[in-house]
Amino acid sequence: MKFVLRSLLVTLLAITLIISLVGCGSDKDKPVLKVYNWGDYIDPSVLDGFEEEYGIKVIYDEFATNEEMYAKIKAGAGDYDILIPSDYTIKRMIDEDMLHKLDFDNIPNYKYIDSRFKDLAYDPNNEYSVPYMWGTVGILYNKKMVKEEVNSWKILWDKKYEKQILMLDSIRDSIGITLKMLEYSLNTKSDKELDEAKEALIKQKPLVLAYVGDEVKDKMIGGEAALAVVWSGDAIFAKRENPDLEYVIPKEGSNLWFDSVVIPKAGKNKKEAELFINYLCETEVAYQNADYIGYASPHIEAVKMLPDELITDKTAYPDDSDLVGSEVLEDLAGSLVKYDRIWTEVKSR
Amino acid sequence: MRRSWLSFPYLVWMIIFTVVPLALILFYSVVKIEDGGIFLTMGNFKRVLEPIYLAVFLRSIKIAIISTSICLLLGYPMAMILASKELSNKSILVVLFVIPMWMNFLARTYAWMTLLEKNGLIATFFNLLGIELPMLLYTEGTVILGMVYNFLPFMVLPIYSVLVKIDKAVLEAAEDLGAPPTIVFRRVIFPLSLPGVTSGIIMVFMPALTTFVISRLLGGAHFTLIGNLIEQQFLTTRDWGFGSALSVVLMLMIVLTMGFALRYEKENEGGGLW
Repeated sequence: MKFVLRSLLVTLLAITLIISLVGCGSDKDKPVLKVYNWGDYIDPSVLDGFEEEYGIKVIYDEFATNEEMYAKIKAGAGDYDILIPSDYTIKRMIDEDMLHKLDFDNIPNYKYIDSRFKDLAYDPNNEYSVPYMWGTVGILYNKKMVKEEVNSWKILWDKKYEKQILMLDSIRDSIGITLKMLEYSLNTKSDKELDEAKEALIKQKPLVLAYVGDEVKDKMIGGEAALAVVWSGDAIFAKRENPDLEYVIPKEGSNLWFDSVVIPKAGKNKKEAELFINYLCETEVAYQNADYIGYASPHIEAVKMLPDELITDKTAYPDDSDLVGSEVLEDLAGSLVKYDRIWTEVKSR
Repeated sequence: MRRSWLSFPYLVWMIIFTVVPLALILFYSVVKIEDGGIFLTMGNFKRVLEPIYLAVFLRSIKIAIISTSICLLLGYPMAMILASKELSNKSILVVLFVIPMWMNFLARTYAWMTLLEKNGLIATFFNLLGIELPMLLYTEGTVILGMVYNFLPFMVLPIYSVLVKIDKAVLEAAEDLGAPPTIVFRRVIFPLSLPGVTSGIIMVFMPALTTFVISRLLGGAHFTLIGNLIEQQFLTTRDWGFGSALSVVLMLMIVLTMGFALRYEKENEGGGLW
């Protein structure tokens, strides 16, 4: 036991020594900003521009899912100054006191954000987040395989398309669209409504080709399936690659999602982070980003500068009438367990 | 114990990456963390015993057993071929067998997806011949295929390494005493190779029981396995308690399997991997 203790002590000493050495090694004179964002979700030249303009070094990392990002921050494994998570994750982080309130005096460019995207449920008084991109969830379908008009989630329950339907392997999205199909709220906590959704999903299972993740784009581009549930951002990409594809937001309404910029308490450079947010909201920068990523920007002036074919594409920029009945995901807190159980029951059949 | 300082880095490694995480998982599985504090609970383990989760365990075990059996049936003859003395250039064959393992496991699984798709290589080829194939991807069979493909080397190599070390004189003695080849195999070769077989079974059964990538990619996530369930608890539902309880039960099952196999191996001393 003595030996174990001594070993532990020596290791601890070694680790502290290494950390302090590394700390001394980095150039202290230049401020640093650590950014954690989705993969392929920023124009790299925007980062260069920020570094040049303000003399701040940007350390940039990427994540693949909200859950992965949350787990890392929650575990204290990253002292990032900037995060770009989605709505329901932001709500959760606010509730768990993980985010700084923003000082909007330092972010004057916030005025360019479309007021439609302010005061949303996940950040009701607009204290913590600045919208970065937004979009919808809908049905991507292949016009060569689906000859009828697609306007309802119900088509995903049509036996005609047996084994030609791709669903998302994502609890909230798949149960959410099922609730929408049944004309309930996708944030429901009602056992009766969730039960109906479960029955519907079990009934649908034999028709589903697969429950997929990121590969849904490739599958649809390659003509592997006729219909798929996708995020609008993926739809924009897939349509560019295969002109037979079309995207529609079903009439029952859908999930309206936002990725917004926030400053976690884990970070150390709040001033620089606010500077960065303000920079992202500069018209020229926001335009550059929206043009590069292809997702819908909430920045009024930037959208005006975008080429017509992007603006008129309803996949990225749907009319208000297309969004009737759409909702933003809310954090379910304790009720998430119900969703988890339903999903397990559906998938373990 | 004179050289105990040599094992020091290994000991530290073990403490940081094995003992501490294990203790954490055990801790999370038996507590309930609420605003009021931390309470001891058996609720997570009770939940593991509910029918839907037992069904997931049973399916995982079933698929793992099937995959391990197929690996053994395919791998044993393969190992014998590799080890046979008639074979010239067998090191080249062994290398050829190992080369696919240099490639990332995920990339190889994705490759199977491309091969088996509706518009994939195999289906296109048979379509040219005028044969309509049933859907190859996203069945339980595809999941088993993926496991067998990925884990077969872990079966072949331990058996091979034991077979090549068998003293040829023993085999000659058996033949000189008049044993026909089937008896030589049944009474001499097979018993001597058992340590390799047990290592192989353990090394295939464990990853087959715990994988979550193969069932997602090749099974189209139609078949929730225990690995998928655990991943879902930690990442999506964030129910660490339940996820930990599932992990503890899974680990117990693996320990039991290994204990069983190791007892077997003690009776048959040899050059296995354990």
